[in-house]
Amino acid sequence: MMRGRIIGSCSDPAALEGFQWFICYLTTGKHMNLYYSFGTVLLLLAITAPAALAFGYGGAMAARSAFAPLRWFGKAYIAVVRGVPDIAFFLFFVIALDQGFEYLRHKIKCPDWNEPIRQGSDFVVCAAAKLPPGNAPQWQHETYGFLLAVLTFAIVFGAFAANVLYGAMRAVPKAQLETAEAYGMTRKQVTRRVLIPQMWVYALPGLSNLWMVLIKATPLLFLLGVEDIVYWARELGGTKTPNYTQYPHGDWRMWYFFGLLVFYLAFTKLSEVVLERIMARLNQGQATSGGEAQRKAAA
Amino acid sequence: MSCTQTIADYAFRSLGYGERLLPRSDFTLCQQFTLIGSGMIWNIYFGVLALLAGFVLATAVAMGKASLNPVLRKLSEWFVFLFRGSPLFIQFFFAYFLFLSLKGAYPFFSPLTSAAWGALIVLFLNTAAYSAEIFHGALQSIPKGDTEAADAYGLSGWARFRRVVWPTMLRLAWPAYTNEAIFLFHATTLVFFAGFPARQQKGDALYYANYFADKTFNPFIPYPILAGYFILLTLVVIGVFGLVNRHLNRHLPQEERRKLRLRPQAIR
Repeated sequence: MMRGRIIGSCSDPAALEGFQWFICYLTTGKHMNLYYSFGTVLLLLAITAPAALAFGYGGAMAARSAFAPLRWFGKAYIAVVRGVPDIAFFLFFVIALDQGFEYLRHKIKCPDWNEPIRQGSDFVVCAAAKLPPGNAPQWQHETYGFLLAVLTFAIVFGAFAANVLYGAMRAVPKAQLETAEAYGMTRKQVTRRVLIPQMWVYALPGLSNLWMVLIKATPLLFLLGVEDIVYWARELGGTKTPNYTQYPHGDWRMWYFFGLLVFYLAFTKLSEVVLERIMARLNQGQATSGGEAQRKAAA
Repeated sequence: MSCTQTIADYAFRSLGYGERLLPRSDFTLCQQFTLIGSGMIWNIYFGVLALLAGFVLATAVAMGKASLNPVLRKLSEWFVFLFRGSPLFIQFFFAYFLFLSLKGAYPFFSPLTSAAWGALIVLFLNTAAYSAEIFHGALQSIPKGDTEAADAYGLSGWARFRRVVWPTMLRLAWPAYTNEAIFLFHATTLVFFAGFPARQQKGDALYYANYFADKTFNPFIPYPILAGYFILLTLVVIGVFGLVNRHLNRHLPQEERRKLRLRPQAIR
């Protein structure tokens, strides 16, 4: 009984009350998993944002290409992903990519396999082609699942980024590109030295909108089978009886999701502030109304 | 089993009519088309009702945001921030568990734990917030001359709003509002994946597409079918909104009419 009263001791939760009970409750091992999964969300954003930008850049360049089939591919990529609910794409790509990878490995590693791959309702590849290998440790399965999710996010958001960048490239004033040509730059040089540095100010409003959308898409990780914040909020919030845990409580899922709601609101607010600063920086000296306003304010 | 028989059995399965059991083996294309199409009933139900109700609230919130009264303005701003700043997915989960605890305290609230009511309310508030932001932007860009003309004619209060402000706001907002409608329909596919249960396997189009993909382990058939249905739905939305757009712009000379342009905006 005495030991429970020592501050910071959580060995006997039944004896704790009020604030201290909560401190102990919120630092259990499972809660640590919840906090780590916030890291998963941030990691997803940190990997997906540049990957989607790369996909988007590729898509936009393809859509602008002089080579017709590549142009059609770029435009089709943008149009199809935008026309269909994204969540359908998420659910589709995770299985389709997994099967695609296994199929490729199967073709390479087991060339003399002669049974069909689709047998009724089963997808059968040889044991060597399984991804990750059947005997792999748990963390490899989790990492593979996470990487599939990242690739799926990058493909879907790449299409949106491609659309934004495609528009931004066309918004760069023609006169600037013609000036560069007049200086004797080649097509490649014009793209690298003028078009790309100048397009960001036109792309940023679209890209910052996309960033907001990307933040709000992160809970969909849950649907892709990753143990993310939604998973843990449901898991931890459910009713707990005394014979299951030392910290029995009723159905608290509502409060856990309220916490997630607050987390996302704070995150979008923070992003808004940062993006506004970047926009002010990019507007400096540009021939846009934002740049004009800055010039007038300074004068 | 013939395809007409399948259609008779499953066309209204999503509402609970017809065959009780879903197909379990030997899945045919006809079954997949019929069931996923049956699920579209729910997507259309959520989309149309949320859009109609959301339109009214969005107009009110947009006016509130532009109001001179600081209390009204702050309330509207917070409403918009709350629903636009957080993921719809989390909003669904939170609302579902909120309705569950309300139901525990007062049985009166029990209908809200069903998708048909609870999810509809969330979608309604969500689309109202997004549309309010669009309408507010349009309200800000009403040409000064229009409102000055209204003043010169002696219009004020309700008449000024009804005859000048509101029609111009709608006209300016319509292209963006069309996008909002399209993405609202896309967002309806989240309902049965975010807490709200599909009782007796009565789900929406994505629910059935996911069912088939899980059972056959072949995503290459059900998801393209779903995509086809949604592209059709999107075309219908664009068509209907295009008609309204023409009506809103009918007084303008040809070259000044605003074309509908579709801009990207994905998940909320």
